[in-house]
Formats: sequence, structure tokens, C-alpha cells
Amino acid sequence: MAAITELVEAPADLRPEVVGRNPWALAARRLWRNRLAMAALVLFVLIVVACLAAPLYAYHLAHLSNPLAPNLNGTTVVGGKVVPVMQQGGGTLKLGETPIGPTWDVHHYFLGADDIGRDVAALLLYGGRSSLLIGIGSAVFCCVGATVIALIAGFFGGITDSILSRIMDIIWAFPVFLLLFSISTELLTHSQGFQFGPVHISAGSLWLPTIIIAFIYLPYVYRPVRGQVLSVVQKEFVEAAIASGASNRRLVFSEILPNVVSTVIVLLPLMIATTILTEVALSFLSIGVQPPNVSWGTIISDGEDLLYTRPWVSIAPGIMIVLTVLALNVLGDGVRDALDPRSKLRLGA
Amino acid sequence: MLTFIVRRLAWTVLVMFVITALTFLIFFKTPGVDPARALAGRSPSPQTLAEIRASFGLNRPLPIQYLLMMKQLFVTRSLVSYSNQGLLVVPEIAAAAPATLSLVFGAAVLWVVLAIAMGVAAALLRGTLLDPVLMILALIGISAPVVWVGTLANYVSQGTLHNSFLFSWVPPLGYTSFTTSPSLWFKGLIIPWITLSILYIGFYARVLRANLIEVQNEDFVRTARAKGLRESRVVVRHTLRNSMITFVSLFGLDFGALVAGGALITEVVFGIHGVGFLTYEAFQALDLPTIMAVVVFGAFFIVLINAMVDIAYAWLDPRVRPT
Repeated sequence: MAAITELVEAPADLRPEVVGRNPWALAARRLWRNRLAMAALVLFVLIVVACLAAPLYAYHLAHLSNPLAPNLNGTTVVGGKVVPVMQQGGGTLKLGETPIGPTWDVHHYFLGADDIGRDVAALLLYGGRSSLLIGIGSAVFCCVGATVIALIAGFFGGITDSILSRIMDIIWAFPVFLLLFSISTELLTHSQGFQFGPVHISAGSLWLPTIIIAFIYLPYVYRPVRGQVLSVVQKEFVEAAIASGASNRRLVFSEILPNVVSTVIVLLPLMIATTILTEVALSFLSIGVQPPNVSWGTIISDGEDLLYTRPWVSIAPGIMIVLTVLALNVLGDGVRDALDPRSKLRLGA
Repeated sequence: MLTFIVRRLAWTVLVMFVITALTFLIFFKTPGVDPARALAGRSPSPQTLAEIRASFGLNRPLPIQYLLMMKQLFVTRSLVSYSNQGLLVVPEIAAAAPATLSLVFGAAVLWVVLAIAMGVAAALLRGTLLDPVLMILALIGISAPVVWVGTLANYVSQGTLHNSFLFSWVPPLGYTSFTTSPSLWFKGLIIPWITLSILYIGFYARVLRANLIEVQNEDFVRTARAKGLRESRVVVRHTLRNSMITFVSLFGLDFGALVAGGALITEVVFGIHGVGFLTYEAFQALDLPTIMAVVVFGAFFIVLINAMVDIAYAWLDPRVRPT
């Protein structure tokens, strides 16, 4: 008996401290330890910063005052010699013009010129700016919007849930291209832009592809988030909160939302990857970003005609896209592993 | 079960109606659209325009026009294109459908076979070096935009390496129907098939591998191993069946979306004149009858296959059946 009493009465500083850690901090630490995901995050941030800051330094890189302006009659320096950017075609008749190919010289047309004489390397940076702004913007809007709708549907249930889910089904089956063609046609005919009540969006704005792509993918994010909301709503702590008289607002923001947020955070990098790929496809078909703005998709389509003579115009944007989306996918896997190592959404290693 | 099927099919019809009605509305809200002008040809006089409006029903109220178009599309099948005068829309789509179906079916066969092979291999070889290698390949497949892969494939097969033994067999871009020449049909479709399936192989291999690993923790797998079966037999015969449920339902959804016009990019890049290509041209020419017909074609396929997938899912997995 005496031995036990001695143990229990040990001085306080010998008892081990138990420090509770916030689950978000634990997840962040798990993510931090995942070297591959961290490398992917660094790569993605580098690409984003390099592209978003393009207007600040791209003109300097290409030694042109405005890299987006056509440069049909310009000249550039290759290996010490001054050559025209658009070279005359071969053959005896000297028909046609071919833009200059890659010079591999950082200051002058590093990757060559496109069909109207613009520097492809500078174009890649500007294009990345458009693609990334649209991609990240639409993914964020989509996730936020879908979460709100899923919370409403899952929390109130019943008819609200039915109606909202059916509306989402219709959106998912709707032909995307029609909406986009229609709107881009509208913009082409009204060059002053798009007026919708008090909101005025100018014709060349990147907002339109952003909002439309966000809208299209609402059902995609809505479905898993609603599933999560439904499962959380049935848990005991929610029932306890209701029993203790919590208001709807408190239930949603303090009980349900924190438990649903991790699903959305896992989906976010994957959604950014998906929206970037969608934006590229749409810009390629000329219904996404409109001239004079460029995006990675428009550069690929500009390079189609030059494919067999100047392949780098089409190939370079694709390499950038693969790098960005790959980084996002690896980061997405890492985030998912960090937040819920045993999740059913596991798709990778 | 029967009421479930009936309800799903009734919902299908309703969704089709809503989608076609919305398409109709959006089209007429687009500025610069005046079908009578497009139909009339060069510098029409006002009387010509008025006559055309009357004969095509373009001066009737919108709901009547909508019903007229639906009737022409479904009942009499005499719907005429606005931009190509006299061209019957429904036979045109029927003629373009085989190209799309050839493309999508071929790609689907390729991607299912390769995805299952890759997923099973990765699950079996878990812990060795090949597992991460396969998964990285899958990730790259998911990350490459179809537009770019197709363009790259064209560059390689039609451009630089066309004269070498590797690619000299590749015919010029375009689709030859099976009845015209089976060998050209096949040779012209191989590269589009590979391009289209790369994305899906990556995605499905990852999904299958994740499901396989998840199912491996179940009790019946432990029983199978305890009985002394080979690991490959355990994976293929016991776990694969259970993992295929997600695979099958996702496959149905993707396949439906592709037939409905999701293969648009591949068709445009490779010059295959299928339904996706028709859609693209119709949108550029703002040709409402063709747009309506492809929208109906597409929405019908998507919604029908979604319903079939839901029914198949409920049949395959009794736990999912609605009460």
C-alpha cells in the first residue's frame, strides 16, 4: 500500500505533460512531412507566381515593349545577326511566311515566334496568367458555391434536398458548349461588353469563362460534399447540440461545417486541375479566352497551323500544363493523405 | 425495383424536356441570330424574308416554334438545317454517329483492358518499385490535356516520323467507315483511340487500385488467403469483383458523356467527322436545328446511361437499393 501511495503522490513536475493538438495542426504536420507533396506545392507556387507576375517582367525578358502585340515586321538578333521575325518562305517563288524558330537565347524569342510574330516564351507567361486565374478562380467559386448548396440541401433535407439535387442533375447533363458559344458570340457582337443589371463585365474579361466553368462543375463538388453533410447531420453530437437548444445557424457553422470542410479542402487542388484542363480545351475551341488575351489553350490552337514547321508553338504550352496539373494532382494526393489517411476517397499510393 | 426503374425513366423524359427547352431559349437570346436571313441566301428582299418566316414558322410565338421543332425532330424527322439549305438534320446525325461510336467504343475497350491490367498489377506489386512507377504513369495520363496529346500525336505520326517505318502506315487525318475499308478504318482510328484512352486509363487504374486495396482488408479476403490460395487468384477472383462496382458505375457515366459529344476535342484534332465534330460546326454556324438535334442526341445518351448505371448499381450491390 505504501508503494502505491508513493507513486500517486509523486511531485507534479515528474508527471508527463499531455498536450492536446488541434487536428488541423496535426494534418499540417503530416502534409509537411510528405516531401513529394511539398515539392509539388513549391513547383505549383513557382509557376503561379511566375505567370501571375508576367506583366511586370515579360516585356523585359523578350526585349519587346508589348509582347502581346503582333510583330509582323520586326527583327531580332540571332547569333549576332539581325534577322526578320517572319522569314520568307522557301522555294523559287518565295511564297508564304514562316515565323522564326526557337533561338534558345533568353532575351530574343527563346522559343521562337508564333504566327503573328509574338514571342512564344513571353506568351507562355501571359497565357499562364489567364489560365491560372481562370482555373484557380473558378475552382474556388465552385467549391464555395457547391458547399453552400450542399449544406442547404443536406441540412434541411426533404423537398429542398430533392429539388436541389434534381437541379444539379440537370446542370450536369446540360450541353456546356452551347452556353459558352452563346455567350462568346454575344461578346463578339457587343464589343462594349456584357451588361447584366448593375453588373458590367467587359468583353475581353476573364470573368465569364471563370463563372461558367465554376457553374458547370458545381454538381461535381456538390455530390460528395452533400454526402458528407448527410452523414454528419446524423451524428450524435449534432443531435446533442439540437437537444441543448442550438440555433440553426450555430448548428451549421459550428457543428456541421467544420466537419465538412476537410472534404472540400481535399477536392480543391483536384478541382483546380480539372478547371485548368477544361479552360485549355475551351480556349482551344475559341470559346474560352478571347483575343487579344491569350491562354495556354489559345497558344496551342495558334500553333496548329504551324505544327509541322514550328512545333514548339503548340508543344510548349502543353508541357507547362502537364507540369502544373501534375503538381496539383500530387499535392491533392498529399492533402488527402494528410487530412484523412483512411479516407474512402483514396485514389493514389 | 420496378417502380424505381419507371421513376428513373420518367425523370429522364423530364430532364430531356428541360434541356431542350433551355437550349431553345438560350439560342434565341443570342444576338446576331436571325434564321430567316441565314435561310434566305444573298441579299434577300423583305418579301422573301417574310415568306421564309411564314413557311418555317419563325413568326409564331416561341413555345409554338419549340413544339414545331420537336415534332419535326422526333415525329416527322424532316428537320432542315438553317445554314446548309435543304440538308436534313436527322439523317446527317445518323450518318455521323458511326464515326463517334467507333471512336468511343474502341477507346473504351482499350482503356478498360489497360486500366484493369494496370490497376491489378499495381495492387499486386504493392511495396515493390513498380507500384509507384505505374501510379506516376497514371498521374501523367491524367495531367495531359487531350488537346495537346492529340496535337503531339499528329506531329509525331504525320510530321517528322511519318516517313520512318514506325509511322508510315498512318493514313491522313480523317475517318473511313468500316464498310468502305476495314483496314483503313482501323489504321486511322488507332492513334485517336490511344489518345482518347490515355486520360481514362490513368484515372481508372488509380480508382481500381484504391478499391482493390480497400477491399483487401475485408474478412472474406482473409478467408481466401487462409485457405491457401495464390495471391493472384485472391486478387483477381475475389477482390476484383467487389472493386468493379465503382469501376462499372464510373465507366457508364464517362462512356455516356463521351458518346454524347465529349469526344468533341479528339474528333476536331483528328478530323474525324462524328457527332462531336458536327456539334462544333453547328455551334460556329449557329445552326439551331443541328444544335437542337445534337443536344437531344447527347442529353438522351447521358441521361439514359445514367439511369442504366443507377439501375445496374442497385442490382450489383444490394446495399444500395433504395427503400
